[in-house]
Amino acid sequence: MKQRQEPLIFDLSREGRMGTTLPEVDVPEISIENALPEGGIRKDLPLPSVSELDVIRHFTHLSERQISVDSSFYPLGSCTMKYNPRVNERISRLPGFTSVHPLQPEETVQGALTLMYELERYLAEIAGMDAVSLQPVAGAQGELAGMMVVRAYHQSREDDARTTVLVPDSSHGTNPATAARVGFQIAKIPSNERGTVDIDALKGMLGPNIAGLMLTNPNTLGLFETDVVKICEMVHDAGALLYCDGANMNAILGKARPGDMCFDVMHFNLHKTFSTPHGGGGPGAGPIAVKDFLKPFLPVPVIEKDGNRYWLNYDKPQSIGRLHSFYGNFLVMVKAFAYIRMLGAEGMREVSENAVLNANYIMSKLKDIYPVPYDRYCMHEFVATAKEHKKRGVKALDIAKRLLDMGFHAPTVYFPLIVEEALMIEPTETESKETLDAFIQAMIEIDRESREDPDMVAHAPYNTPITRVDEVGAARKPKLTCFGE
Amino acid sequence: MLQSIGAPSVDTLFEQIPAEARLDRNLRLPPGLAEQDVVSLLEGMAARNKHLGELTCFLGAGAYDHFIPSVVDAVISRSEFFTAYTPYQPEASQGVLQSIFEYQSMVAALTQMEVSNASLYDAGTALGEAIIMAHTTTKRNTVLVSRAIHPHYMQVLSSYVSGLGIKIGKADYADGVTNLTAMREHLDESVAAVVVQYPNFFGGIEPLEALTEAAHAVGAFMIVCVDPIALGLLTPPGAYDVDIVVGEGQPLGIPVGFGGPFLGLFACKQEHMWKMPGRVVGATTDSEGRTAYTLTLQTREQHIRREKATSNICTNQALMALAATVYLSALGKDGLRHVAELTFQKAHYAQQQICGKAGYSAAWNVPFFKEFVIRSDKPVDQVNQRLLDNGILGGLNLGKYYPELENHMLLCVTERRTKEEIDRLVELL
Repeated sequence: MKQRQEPLIFDLSREGRMGTTLPEVDVPEISIENALPEGGIRKDLPLPSVSELDVIRHFTHLSERQISVDSSFYPLGSCTMKYNPRVNERISRLPGFTSVHPLQPEETVQGALTLMYELERYLAEIAGMDAVSLQPVAGAQGELAGMMVVRAYHQSREDDARTTVLVPDSSHGTNPATAARVGFQIAKIPSNERGTVDIDALKGMLGPNIAGLMLTNPNTLGLFETDVVKICEMVHDAGALLYCDGANMNAILGKARPGDMCFDVMHFNLHKTFSTPHGGGGPGAGPIAVKDFLKPFLPVPVIEKDGNRYWLNYDKPQSIGRLHSFYGNFLVMVKAFAYIRMLGAEGMREVSENAVLNANYIMSKLKDIYPVPYDRYCMHEFVATAKEHKKRGVKALDIAKRLLDMGFHAPTVYFPLIVEEALMIEPTETESKETLDAFIQAMIEIDRESREDPDMVAHAPYNTPITRVDEVGAARKPKLTCFGE
Repeated sequence: MLQSIGAPSVDTLFEQIPAEARLDRNLRLPPGLAEQDVVSLLEGMAARNKHLGELTCFLGAGAYDHFIPSVVDAVISRSEFFTAYTPYQPEASQGVLQSIFEYQSMVAALTQMEVSNASLYDAGTALGEAIIMAHTTTKRNTVLVSRAIHPHYMQVLSSYVSGLGIKIGKADYADGVTNLTAMREHLDESVAAVVVQYPNFFGGIEPLEALTEAAHAVGAFMIVCVDPIALGLLTPPGAYDVDIVVGEGQPLGIPVGFGGPFLGLFACKQEHMWKMPGRVVGATTDSEGRTAYTLTLQTREQHIRREKATSNICTNQALMALAATVYLSALGKDGLRHVAELTFQKAHYAQQQICGKAGYSAAWNVPFFKEFVIRSDKPVDQVNQRLLDNGILGGLNLGKYYPELENHMLLCVTERRTKEEIDRLVELL
């Protein structure tokens, strides 16, 4: 990565420059002033004026100050930063996909509808569920859709007392945030000494006020919830539904299915499990899958098939409604579709086998120096603790920063919240043993440094474009645009 | 590797999955394909869609066929941007962070608001978030939404806020814009926000000044959903003291893509920034005093506040925000103004020509930008079928959304349409 600072694009601005060329007006002109209400024309527009070369150089310089999957191993736990196959990009740029208007007549978009319909069927099979909606555009929106379905189900039975949703203390923050968005109260279930849901505590919490349980499986510690079938029974016996946060599906593709574990509703993250790129923070896609009895509540429109013709059905009186201006992030779906077709059933299973193998391999090499609080085989990721390092003055965050110096992205740190000084490491299946070994070496090296020169580690990084950032200052005096003081 | 792990086989690692939950067969998926075969398969599926290179597009209604300069795709195709995650580690993510800071600055400039977030999903969901923000800030439970907003946005925001005890009141329109008199009658101190679109769904330019005064008179927020291209020409909502501006960023260098990924714009007054949804980037310094950018105001967010977060949103539309940033950089203030004027002139030419034709007339006499409503003697579907048979994608049949607008069509003309194409449309009507 480049050390050189890059000015803001606004600072490159010179009057009269433009980064493209535009045609002249080819129709008879009218007076804009007369056609608009008085005061309706804008006077000032403080956007930069730069040449096309300025634009390209500026953003190229910025790209040189950025770490990515293509440049570096990216073991960011819970995020599944696998390689993004380039064929997906090529396909998703076909004009037959990019240049199709969402409101075109159905007979002119049969290819797009076929793709969506078939992708729904593939995801339903992978989930062990009956029906899928591709509409949610991110994991958190998938959760929102799923929990709205849960609410609609209870409402349809006039079971209005179910106002509380249970979430484990190890859950993603989006689970409680989403359930609150849907109007539920939240109650937190503690984890047991094995890192999974405490069954006795759960038993005590279930009752006629519980709408559902949101469970990530494997959970955020990278551990399979071994009691999942029992948990499902208990939850169902109490009249509540079971929601699966599918963020960790990369661990169980073709090996186990949430539907078979008796989950009622789940979401996928196409940008995690199905290789679509993260784009520096999005766009993603968060389709949901449900059992048959929840199908009437899925968002509209629903894609239907009559013979060889596909169409959009809006006539779903029990639907939770619409959650996106159109049908979701279609071009992301195209990439996930291509990925599933490339891999097929065997390829899917191999993804999870290699993801789990890679995670266990790193864990086996590091657990003596970075202890794991729950010492058992992990799934696709594991959580280690740096609490011993902290005693020497080196926190999990410092280890993360030192890894940046060594050319790796950092693991997720301080999550899940139940592990002190957590380092959450997810290698994914696409990395070679050589890359894993290099990462392991770096972690061993940092451990050595933490003994010999903890202060040095505590002030890392040094080789990055910038050093530690004043985050407190950023929040205390927020400067969110280049204007003003 | 297995030796190091101390496991006899990979299967051993999966034994923690209880037998009753394990899948004992292959997934029923089509067999895997080689790269060349998957390309052929998908090319075949793409070929079964008619795209806008084959059809001349006069359809808008929330997805717009504006020209995308080549630099946009050149930049967003750089894998340093598209294969990165959310920039959690600022020391190694200055590229994405600075581009988002520039995006936020451009959205603030365009809307003339003080602050912007790092993007939301699309206009519909951004409206839902804006309403929730107004509700939590004012602690009031009713919002008044103009019927002249996109009917899909109306559906999205209704589902979005359905669990929070927020009542959606609908304000009718008259002569193609929100009915100010009717709006005033519904306004009282229970109203958290007034919501309009600018230009509205019918293309009409709403009287923002009067609407905002009316909303503020009862202490309600004014929320405006914008078309960013129109803001190249029209007075921005910030000039009217509105509280929150959201918008559909798709016209800013993002393809229509069968409806997504799009880009939710979100900007507001500085005093409300701690209640904003989603990611936000701020400028600060590093330990050596150099300018640095970082995610900030994070105590609003779900990973820290959990159920008390201002929103559940984390993944947003960052790459689309980058596309918009590159688009606005390439056009700049002169280019965006020029695109807006081209669009405006061509739309007005088309509207005049169509209204000069027997059997067609303007539904209302109202100032508009790039979309307008035409009343036809013939059913819209019949008109559109004839156009489609001739390679033209006609306007939206409004009767499907508004029963009172039978035989009305919403047409859109962007800078991409030539005089020749417009004349051909008119000829075929």
